[in-house]
Amino acid sequence: MSFLRILWLILRKDLTVEIRSGEIALTALLFAVSCVLVFAFAFVRQGVPPDGAAAAVLWIAVLFAGTLALGRTFDRERQSETLRALLLAPAARPAVYAGKLAGIVALMLGIELLLVPLTAFLFQDPLFAHPVWLAAILLTGTLGFASVGTLFAAMLVRARSRDMLLPVLLYPISVPVIIASVQGTDALLQPEINVAVLRFWVTLLTCFDVVFVTLALWTFEALMTES
Amino acid sequence: MTRDHDDISLPGWFLPAAAICGLMFAASPVLIAYTPYEAEMGLVQKIFYYHLPAAWMFLLGGIVCGVASARYLRSRSARHDRVAWAAAELIVLFGAITLVTGPLWARKTWGVWWTWDVRLTSSLVSWLIAVAYLLVRRYGGPGSDRLGAGLALFGMANVPFIYISVNFWRTIHPLTTVVPTLPTSFGIPLWFCTFTFLLLFVLLLRLRVRLEAQRARLDTLYLSLDE
Repeated sequence: MSFLRILWLILRKDLTVEIRSGEIALTALLFAVSCVLVFAFAFVRQGVPPDGAAAAVLWIAVLFAGTLALGRTFDRERQSETLRALLLAPAARPAVYAGKLAGIVALMLGIELLLVPLTAFLFQDPLFAHPVWLAAILLTGTLGFASVGTLFAAMLVRARSRDMLLPVLLYPISVPVIIASVQGTDALLQPEINVAVLRFWVTLLTCFDVVFVTLALWTFEALMTES
Repeated sequence: MTRDHDDISLPGWFLPAAAICGLMFAASPVLIAYTPYEAEMGLVQKIFYYHLPAAWMFLLGGIVCGVASARYLRSRSARHDRVAWAAAELIVLFGAITLVTGPLWARKTWGVWWTWDVRLTSSLVSWLIAVAYLLVRRYGGPGSDRLGAGLALFGMANVPFIYISVNFWRTIHPLTTVVPTLPTSFGIPLWFCTFTFLLLFVLLLRLRVRLEAQRARLDTLYLSLDE
């Protein structure tokens, strides 16, 4: 089977399971919404949100919800022993990784579809003023976070205390993604947008995505092989 | 087995080297006390003679851990894994020295304990990744060796991204504090201390690898006793 075919089959499987149960999408979405609400209660004073808080709040909510979704996606595979089946299947390991990654990215982008308007609404910031740039930052930022997250969540499947270890591993590694995404989104909220600054952050995120997806594709087999 | 045996027995140079290292550590404060004061910073500049060597060993630990992890993933030789683990502990040790002595100096020179300068941020994040590595090794259970190796590799790949992102973030939001360039003439005490720290690094690494090799040997003996 070709790489793309395996990727598509795994993506379709994950999406089908998710559409039928809605478990991860609904839980992670509600969690993300709760996060935004908590930040709104903490930051908005007398109806006035602090300047530029929307970018930070949006990305914190995305990261937290993403971590939850990552943990649960692989937990489900472990509970029903389907991860073993996936790894036993005559399919290239990198394709399995790419399929899982595509599923996570699709899920996180779906959550963001609701999260962005909610953040813009609660923090009264013009997040939609430049939709193309916003989409570029959301896509590259989410892919960067998910590329590392998918690999670590997959490796942690059999580890003890995996729920605690995942954020501990994931957040230090995603520091560049957090900085670039928040700063890029923040640049969108300025009255006059600086295209050079936006281009820099999107380029940095793209480079990060390329390096980390490549590294993950390259190491996934070695890291997931049962010894 | 022969290589494990090499790890378990201490080499002939170990005790003399340890004695020299002890003597050098005893002599270093005297040497530092006799060096002239730096014109602008005065007494506080002397922290540098410990701070910089510790920071270099912190960096060296990162390189050793990353290279050993990559070799472990390729060869699966337990020896590389032990070196990676030992190096990660040394990163945490020397990183802690660096991160404690740094703010002491910064408070006097910059007037603040901490600033989000690129070196400080990347050091802090790398240190956090090393702590995460140790947590994984300790609480990860079976398979944590590969998980740690993956984390070390991703941590290494992450450093340039942290550097670029923080550098750009900082240049568009400049702080008023001046980041002084390192003084050009370090003199004899700096190299003396660097050599002392390097010796300590090598000795601790060797000792830690030995401890791990002994543990592995003990496990093998227990298993053979059970059979």
